[in-house]
Amino acid sequence: MSEKVLMKGNEAYAEAAILAGCRYYFGYPITPQSEIPEYMSRELKKRGGTFFQAESELSSVNAAYGCAAAGGSVFVSSSSPGIALMQEGMSFLCSAEVPVTFLNVSRGGPGVGGIQPGQADYYQCTRGGGNGDYHMLCFAPSNIQEAVDIIYEAPLLADKYRNPVMILADGMMGQMMEPVVLPPQREQLQSEDIPKAKPWALSGTAKGHRNVIKSLLLKPDELEKHVEDIFKKYEAMERDEVRYEASGLEDADVVFVAFGTVARLVNESIELLAERGIKAGLIRPISLWPFPNKAFDAIDFAKTKKVISVELSMGQMLTDVKMAVNGRLPVGLISRTGGIVPTSIEVVEKTIAQLKEVR
Amino acid sequence: MFIKPLDKRIIAVTGHYGSGKTEFSVSLANLLAKEGDREYPRLALVDLDIANPYFRSRERKEELETLGIRVIGSAYDCEITAELPALSAAARGPLEDEGCRVIVDFGGNDAGALVLHQFRKYFQMDQHLMLAVVNASRAETRTIEGAMEHLAAIEYATGLPLDGLINNCHLLRETDADDVTRGHRFCEELGRKLALPVYCDCYPAPLVKAEDLHDIGPWAMPLGLYMRPSWLDKY
Repeated sequence: MSEKVLMKGNEAYAEAAILAGCRYYFGYPITPQSEIPEYMSRELKKRGGTFFQAESELSSVNAAYGCAAAGGSVFVSSSSPGIALMQEGMSFLCSAEVPVTFLNVSRGGPGVGGIQPGQADYYQCTRGGGNGDYHMLCFAPSNIQEAVDIIYEAPLLADKYRNPVMILADGMMGQMMEPVVLPPQREQLQSEDIPKAKPWALSGTAKGHRNVIKSLLLKPDELEKHVEDIFKKYEAMERDEVRYEASGLEDADVVFVAFGTVARLVNESIELLAERGIKAGLIRPISLWPFPNKAFDAIDFAKTKKVISVELSMGQMLTDVKMAVNGRLPVGLISRTGGIVPTSIEVVEKTIAQLKEVR
Repeated sequence: MFIKPLDKRIIAVTGHYGSGKTEFSVSLANLLAKEGDREYPRLALVDLDIANPYFRSRERKEELETLGIRVIGSAYDCEITAELPALSAAARGPLEDEGCRVIVDFGGNDAGALVLHQFRKYFQMDQHLMLAVVNASRAETRTIEGAMEHLAAIEYATGLPLDGLINNCHLLRETDADDVTRGHRFCEELGRKLALPVYCDCYPAPLVKAEDLHDIGPWAMPLGLYMRPSWLDKY
């Protein structure tokens, strides 16, 4: 199907997961992503899969763990406080090397927060709230087509690294509509094909050998070796999975860093700044972990006066931006929180004020 | 008038989210306010959509009120952003008022349409029209079967039969005149299956010129793109 259709973000993400070959969905309704479990509950059975809503997010993530350990192709979605409840499961999935695709349609926090869009899950998604040394690939698309394409690719990356993958879409990404081209249906992995496709899985059909999936390693030297082994995968991800877009960096007065829908808003601010004679560039990280540090080396450090991170949080990506800039320029922040999205004019005015301080 | 004559006092507008029912309702309210109506000296726009907590516009409310339109409902109010299945009792005022023309914009799906039940008595007095806005570019309503299933679900949830269709085939800012024509053909065919008339063909006035429209029905209604923030199209 290559026809362009108009879809609401959440519907498109659910459909993209099914087209990617998801056979099992685990979740629990929470705004602003409830259209995903709604869509899955309606569509997945028709497409040969199973929809499972447990009594809580904690149960959902552990059911997903069990299903994926058995070789099932698993997709899980939730929103910020729900993702928080799933953090323990993510740590276990990383340790046990079990691939699952997660989608976080994030809202305001902390605590229950609100239901309007937020990006204050940056730390939660890039650092993780679970215990131990682990990482998950984390991608932040900024339009529905990009999100669909990443969700379609995510299970391949999860399987390649045998590690969960997180897709972070702010609430606006879930609720807005856009024309989108859906990818073709990828073949669903059937139970009889699991031993061949996923020889590590607990398929229950092994003859002659027995797989064990666990995250408990009581001997310190065994655990240390295990951690070192999974970190070899993280090194490969840092080398091979960095994604970003950069534009207008040549002789820019100011360089913005923004992800998700905020990057689109900043694009409008950049046009408005140009009308005022200020040249602005944009670095848009698509992979939040691994963070695109190398993108910052293309900044014109002789001309550019400041790097400004624009976020729907009190400044979380700011930490990574500062590390990437590494003292070469002052780093500023423009932020709104509580579910409020700044206007493009507000970003322009705050930028002009911050540039005056530099001079 | 850009639409087949509306010979009833209450105009209920339904459709899938993304059909453009809110844009249509706002544009219709504008049109009726500008034309004036001897029979109904008052005009109200009532939003009963509880299904979508995002994309609300207080600016629109202020603009509409300067045209003398009474505006009730959450789509135009930013204060209430919780997903409470609660509706303002003020909605009953215009529905009771026989001198008030009312445009009722309600839920994006069968669950959203369910709220109309509590107002059912106003829809049993042969004083209303139930119009469904259909976007033939929406993934779920782009086939005749899909659209029929969707409209049947709304009729089932509300217990109210539809009286007509509104063609609003669009791809947001990527819409062209051919999309309007394609949507018209789609709605004509859908209308034949359901024995429903097509009330008008909508087109996005900022993107498509009236003179470029072709092979459509006698009523072509220009819509604004009021409800969508401009920066959402910077991708």
